[in-house]
Amino acid sequence: MPNIRLLKALVFAVCLVPFVLLGLAAFNLAGQSLGANPIEELLHQLGLWGLRFLLLTLAITPLGQLSGKTWLLKLRRMLGLFSFFYILLHFLSYAILDQGLSYTAIIEDIIERPYITLGMTALLMLIPLAITSTNGWMRRLGRRWKKLHRLVYVIAILGVWHFFWQVKLDTREPLIYAGILSVLLGYRLWLKFSKSRQITAKSQ
Amino acid sequence: MPSVKIMKNRITKTIHASEITDESVYLKRRHFLQLAGIATAGAAFAAIPGRSQADVKPLKTIPSKYSTSQAPNSYKDITTYNNYYEFGLDKDDPARYAKSLITAPWSVKISGECDKPGDYNLEDILKPHPLEERIYRLRCVEAWSMVIPWVGFSLGDLIKRFQPNSKAKYVSFTTLNDPVQMPGVGRKVLTWPYHEGLTIAEAMNPLAIIAVGLYGKTLPNQNGAPLRLVVPWKYGFKSIKSIVEISFTRNRPETSWALSAPQEYGFYANVNPQVDHPRWSQARERLIGNGLFVAKQPTLVFNGYADQVAHLYSGLNLRKNF
Repeated sequence: MPNIRLLKALVFAVCLVPFVLLGLAAFNLAGQSLGANPIEELLHQLGLWGLRFLLLTLAITPLGQLSGKTWLLKLRRMLGLFSFFYILLHFLSYAILDQGLSYTAIIEDIIERPYITLGMTALLMLIPLAITSTNGWMRRLGRRWKKLHRLVYVIAILGVWHFFWQVKLDTREPLIYAGILSVLLGYRLWLKFSKSRQITAKSQ
Repeated sequence: MPSVKIMKNRITKTIHASEITDESVYLKRRHFLQLAGIATAGAAFAAIPGRSQADVKPLKTIPSKYSTSQAPNSYKDITTYNNYYEFGLDKDDPARYAKSLITAPWSVKISGECDKPGDYNLEDILKPHPLEERIYRLRCVEAWSMVIPWVGFSLGDLIKRFQPNSKAKYVSFTTLNDPVQMPGVGRKVLTWPYHEGLTIAEAMNPLAIIAVGLYGKTLPNQNGAPLRLVVPWKYGFKSIKSIVEISFTRNRPETSWALSAPQEYGFYANVNPQVDHPRWSQARERLIGNGLFVAKQPTLVFNGYADQVAHLYSGLNLRKNF
């Protein structure tokens, strides 16, 4: 088992790389650039990273179980919080840069554009998960904590769906994310059903 | 000193500089803008890897009363942020891959309901037409916009030469469809060849032009070389690129985007802030080149060209005929 504290510090630094690169690009530093339509590019990249970290978080459990490297589970919370971090930045850049904090425009968007309705719902569901991610809240909620955090499956579906509905024509990229998500969710379903079958087999 | 507010107001108004400015001052300013533009273009060319100065040639132009007084976008923005799916779906794909397009020799087939059909080579198409600089707003259906100093001539003047007959109610346009030169047509994201259409009245409107250049030079391939349509009151996808056929038809021609998603893209595709795209708002637009910290600006009905084109649609329900 590796030195967990060192590993966590390393993973933390790696997770910040997209943020640093986008920050540099936003100000055209170090050869980085967001191109001709910087707001759209920033929005798109932040959303993608949020989704990537979300899928990575969901991959930790199966990876740990299948490889037997249970220390992987110790990284799950950090990855989940990074997903929240990028998705929150995605929303903030939408609200502040794209919409200029025009409340009427934002509310109209949320009500009238289904893909934004989906994205907003996912973000709102993520907030309680981020808040209750601490050890204190885990203790306080006990069994209910696990139940609450199953919301992440719904959030991931909404997130990929949000991506799929947003693209103009080329759905290849969102379909790749949908494929990965189906594998990750399918693994859990398979596990659940095979376990319940074992239980019924034993009880007979 | 004009305040920032006044400058902002000028940008959103549709009054032509020629209407409020003494003509000679206007022309001088045009000339200055042209010089400035060419200087910028020179700098931008040097910055694009793999594109030599020899690829585009300077063009002589005369100013047009239809030009907007708004400042044009940079040459770099206009030539690196493109939708030209025949060369890929990303905005920077056309600039990267359109070098493979061979634009000389080039011929345009004229067909359908007209007295002078035939295959015309590019030189014959262009020869009689003096080139004008037309600085137009371009509004993309994706809710972004640019200001582009096109070089071109009236589409109506071109059409008259082929003498369309009384049965010609529509004009259809077709883009080159060559999988060897165009790596993007291997994927059936749209029905190839790309095709577009206008009513004959729209095509004869003086704002509709055939563009052969921008910033005082021939068109770079990614912008639709060697000749393309520009209809500034319609969403950008109507302004079809690299035209190989112009046909006069009795019936409304099918158009590529309307075929691929009829509930999202119509035949008319007039810029209209009141009629939203099913998935996003068309009320406001992002002016490219404004960077990260400038809010979207309001979109104008007919992209600010209502005075010149609104009469074409009197009595037409623009919400139904989007």
